[in-house]
Amino acid sequence: MVRTRVIPVLFLMNGSIVRSETFSQYKIIGNPYSELARYSEWRADELVYVDITRDTFTSGHRTDHKVKVDSTLIGILREIAKHALMPLTFGGRIFTLEQADEIIENGADKVLINTGAYRNPQLVTDLAETHGSQATVVGIDIWRDDGRLQMKIDQGRHPVDDDPVAYAKRMESLGAGELLVNSIDRDGTGAGYDLDAIAAIAGATTIPVVACGGCGTLEHFAKPVQAGASAVAAGNIFHFTENAYPRAKRALRRKEVNVR
Amino acid sequence: MIGIISYGIGNVASVANALGHAGVPCALVTEPAELKQYRKLLLPGVGAFGKAMERLRALGFAEAVSEAVLQRETPLLGICLGMQLLASRGYEFGETEGLGLIDGSVRRLDTRGESLRLPHIGWNDLTPAGDSPLLAGLPEDATCYFAHSYVFEPADPGAVQGVTEYGGPQVAVVAKGCVYGTQFHPEKSQESGLQILKNFGAL
Repeated sequence: MVRTRVIPVLFLMNGSIVRSETFSQYKIIGNPYSELARYSEWRADELVYVDITRDTFTSGHRTDHKVKVDSTLIGILREIAKHALMPLTFGGRIFTLEQADEIIENGADKVLINTGAYRNPQLVTDLAETHGSQATVVGIDIWRDDGRLQMKIDQGRHPVDDDPVAYAKRMESLGAGELLVNSIDRDGTGAGYDLDAIAAIAGATTIPVVACGGCGTLEHFAKPVQAGASAVAAGNIFHFTENAYPRAKRALRRKEVNVR
Repeated sequence: MIGIISYGIGNVASVANALGHAGVPCALVTEPAELKQYRKLLLPGVGAFGKAMERLRALGFAEAVSEAVLQRETPLLGICLGMQLLASRGYEFGETEGLGLIDGSVRRLDTRGESLRLPHIGWNDLTPAGDSPLLAGLPEDATCYFAHSYVFEPADPGAVQGVTEYGGPQVAVVAKGCVYGTQFHPEKSQESGLQILKNFGAL
């Protein structure tokens, strides 16, 4: 049976790995290559790199097909791809199929699109038809407005009205092969995943759902899986807790979650 | 030297990197006429069956690959969609003719009543179903990385050399004569994948 995946998420800002907290505060914690060496040593199941460099352009509105991915990022991706023998997902400010093609050509296995998918849903279908739905990951940044589940775009800056559960279903129907559901208000807080949101989105879809945002202790990892997630992702805990990755797997095994 | 068929589909760089890590010399092949320079060939691929076949035909690779296999018995390894393209036909969007190097069809993965998510994405068991040299030296609990919604069902069950479990057994490795295929990505399957690539290099 397919294993539950444990996926480190690495946020890139201006070429460095950063720690984020509620998508508003950032601290540089390392360079992409030293981080990779650690994850390779730990035999990480997969890696997700998200570029969260703040766009000076009107983020999300650039559908200009001449826009390429930042060459520094491509350089980083190529170098990472040379040494990573596990699947790589790359995303952040991807708005066009051409950019996605560039990402795939330079070593990524999957492309993560968030605001790009929201602003231009056709991009989801284009990506799925060109590279396959297994390469098409749609990111949904969720938050709670007085308890009510909502979503934001533009790197967590702009709330939108859409119901995240309905949006998730729509993305699936357009060709998304995976959903990366990230709780922005829990991000970096260590308060635990938004389990009700994961359960609702997993319950409404038939594609794999990856839970992200809020993981603070090893005990948090099993819960999204029990809520229906196919994989659990986390950022900060892997940077700051000693030996967190293998310990996360042990904690999951203790809860009888089938991990590698 | 292994020739990696570069036809604009699939992540050839990752495959080349992995072969490098496995100590197997390789090069990208962009011209069908160059195929005969290589002792073995590798066909990568991701995405849609129809689109890939169209590309292979348009570039002249479909014919050149068939010739290499049928006339020169050049060992060929198809990876992921590359494995599926070895089939007689695929049923992704309507019916499309494949390379026909291993008889059989490519159909949507049937989870046989179990409510399992598709695409089948992640690390799953690789259980040998024969004694193919391609799987030599793998531990009993080997897992590999899968990412697909379609599976290749060879007409001859003897061609199935490895299976995984996802709603019942699913074809993971095929082999017939000098033609081999893996549904999973050996270039993304860490030590299990490297072992398989090494084995192919040593055939």
